[in-house]
Amino acid sequence: MASASASARPATHATPASTEPTGTQAKHAQPATTAPADRRDPERGAGRGGRAAGLTRWLWALPPVAVLALVFLYPLYLVVEQSFSPDEGGTSLAPYREVFASEAFREALWTTVWIAVCATIGCLVLGFVLALIIAFVPFPGGKAVAKFIDVFLSFPSFLITLALLFIYGTVGMANGVYTDVTGAASGPFDFLNTPWGVLLAEITYFTPFVMRPLLAAFSGIETAQLEVASSLGARPARIVRQVILPEALPALAAGGSLVLVMCLNEFGIVLFTGAKGVTTLPMLVYSEAILESDYPAACVVAVVNIAISVGLFGLYRALVARTGRGGEGALLKGARRAGA
Amino acid sequence: MSAHSAPAAPASGIRFERVTVAYGKRGESVALDALDLTVEPGEVMALLGPSGSGKTTALRAVAGFVRPASGRVFIGDRDVTALPPHRRGIGMVVQQYALFPHLRVAQNVAFGLKAQRVPRGEIAGRVTEALEMVGMADYARRYPRELSGGQQQRVAIARALAIRPGVLLLDEPLSALDAQLRSGMLAELARLHRELPDVSILYVTHDQVEALTLADRIAVMDRARLQDCGTPQDLYRRPRTEFTASFVGNANLLPVTVGGATPGSVRFADTELTVTGVDESGHGPAPGADATLCVRPHLVGLGEGENTLRGTIAEVQWRGSTHRLFVDVAGHRVKADVRELRETPALGQPVALHFAAHDAVLLPAGTAPQATVPAATQTPAPVATSAPVPAPAPGLAAAGVAKGVAPGAGGATDG
Repeated sequence: MASASASARPATHATPASTEPTGTQAKHAQPATTAPADRRDPERGAGRGGRAAGLTRWLWALPPVAVLALVFLYPLYLVVEQSFSPDEGGTSLAPYREVFASEAFREALWTTVWIAVCATIGCLVLGFVLALIIAFVPFPGGKAVAKFIDVFLSFPSFLITLALLFIYGTVGMANGVYTDVTGAASGPFDFLNTPWGVLLAEITYFTPFVMRPLLAAFSGIETAQLEVASSLGARPARIVRQVILPEALPALAAGGSLVLVMCLNEFGIVLFTGAKGVTTLPMLVYSEAILESDYPAACVVAVVNIAISVGLFGLYRALVARTGRGGEGALLKGARRAGA
Repeated sequence: MSAHSAPAAPASGIRFERVTVAYGKRGESVALDALDLTVEPGEVMALLGPSGSGKTTALRAVAGFVRPASGRVFIGDRDVTALPPHRRGIGMVVQQYALFPHLRVAQNVAFGLKAQRVPRGEIAGRVTEALEMVGMADYARRYPRELSGGQQQRVAIARALAIRPGVLLLDEPLSALDAQLRSGMLAELARLHRELPDVSILYVTHDQVEALTLADRIAVMDRARLQDCGTPQDLYRRPRTEFTASFVGNANLLPVTVGGATPGSVRFADTELTVTGVDESGHGPAPGADATLCVRPHLVGLGEGENTLRGTIAEVQWRGSTHRLFVDVAGHRVKADVRELRETPALGQPVALHFAAHDAVLLPAGTAPQATVPAATQTPAPVATSAPVPAPAPGLAAAGVAKGVAPGAGGATDG
């Protein structure tokens, strides 16, 4: 999601009216869109040649825009439209009033937010520590571990949950070892189908999404900086706090926002843990739409989910714009590497 | 300057005691081989050598970034071999400046003071003092990215000096700067050293001009070993090895046979030459032994004289105030730097060169490991092989240099 919206952005810089692109425009513009503009004679820019070039550009842009609209925007529009269409017919806010009034929705919203926020915090802390070790503590196989992080990103989320079931499930390995050793009838591990199980699975699955941009950021820190800091009298903790952490902040923000959005929308992990009391917004959409065939209500929940995601992403972009310092680049790098 | 008005004077002076650093699982790759070297308090010692000579490893051993396999490192009288870097109390400046990009100039300089828990009230004053020393007080609120390379390096020096170290380690500090800035910074560093006479400076460089300009003494390193150590004048005028002769300055090295008849008499090809002061120590090469005669290009003149060599012009380079002539003499190429000639000699023209007996030094033969002599030092090579002349650019060499109009040929450090 992040990479899609970000990579679409540069194309908008090249406007048909620009005769001589500025340095920034030239840097950002896609080659396909700038090529006609570059070839144009600047003196004739406002004349017939300029209009022809503008037309050519629109013709180039039309097919991808049409495809995007057909496969992405139109279904989205249908969802939004449905959310305003109660079963009784017509267009009204009734589905919203109904959904917002229901206890199940409020509970799902709260569950979604707290699990996503806690999972994000967990991923940030764990990811930072692990990336720090991989990047700065030389150990045999360190590079292999870093490469495995890339592979891990390609795994489906339910796979991790399944693996956790094998280990911590009621008849999993951990309980098996416990019952074998103590002779007890059942083991102590019975948390996978609670919110904590979902949290554990999400932290396990999403931590590499924080590590990837962090490792990229760490590789950009000069070893000389750490050495000079050390020679100036700084102990390792101070170096991490005052040299490494500030450098890694954009990457942390990038990874964190990515994980937060993904956690808010996560469906597979929650479904696979089989946690009975854990109903998140995507689960609510599923149960309203598939199990209860209440499409307007499902669409309302979906719209809320989208609004939260887009809102958070917009907030992040606003923060990056305020703080500057290449945070956006780190986000793009992180998102691209994360395959989002 | 009040760097030496600190309450407790920091330990100054460095001593390496047979320090060996090795890498690899079994220590098979030796980066520094049994280094014995003392840097006196207040002395500037340049570690000069080509890439891979072990000079940076020696510096890193002082800083604590490499642990010697054997031997001991002292700062002052304190054995710091096993101490972590943050407890050694040294200032360090590296080639890439390594400023903290997220901190302003003043915060960068204050970093070490905070790390060493200097009282809060003192920090601002010491930051200003350090920045004033390097002329960067007006830039205190800037970020490193808003500074030029030279300004960043000044801030890096201020950051190292702010903690008032007894020992300052400079690792190729000027390498990233352009030639003009480098010359200015050299003067700055010399001034700083005058203002901080108690600070020992270990200056790692591969640039002989920096070493000759700044250092009280130069330690010449090659292949992980200390080859030679002495004052710049000593090493330049009386090198003890072929390697030193070729790396410090840019000497003509001619293979000679020591003659028996008169002291100082040597034979080069079919020419009898005289070198004075050969047997002063009584340890010179024995009669009949092979040796290497070393004479600097600027001490070789055109025409006949005390020691005359005859040959033909192989190459001429115009260097502004001087011409450098490359003359083939009995299969060896001899370089001579002479005052700008009114008429450039033609290639192949026979010429006579001369040098004074007291300007030549006789060295034991075979003290220049060929593999590590840098190309720029132009050790004499048989004419049959490719010419070791630094050509300005492919294609230009043949035309421009032959006419004696190729400007700027050869490096600035080319002797």
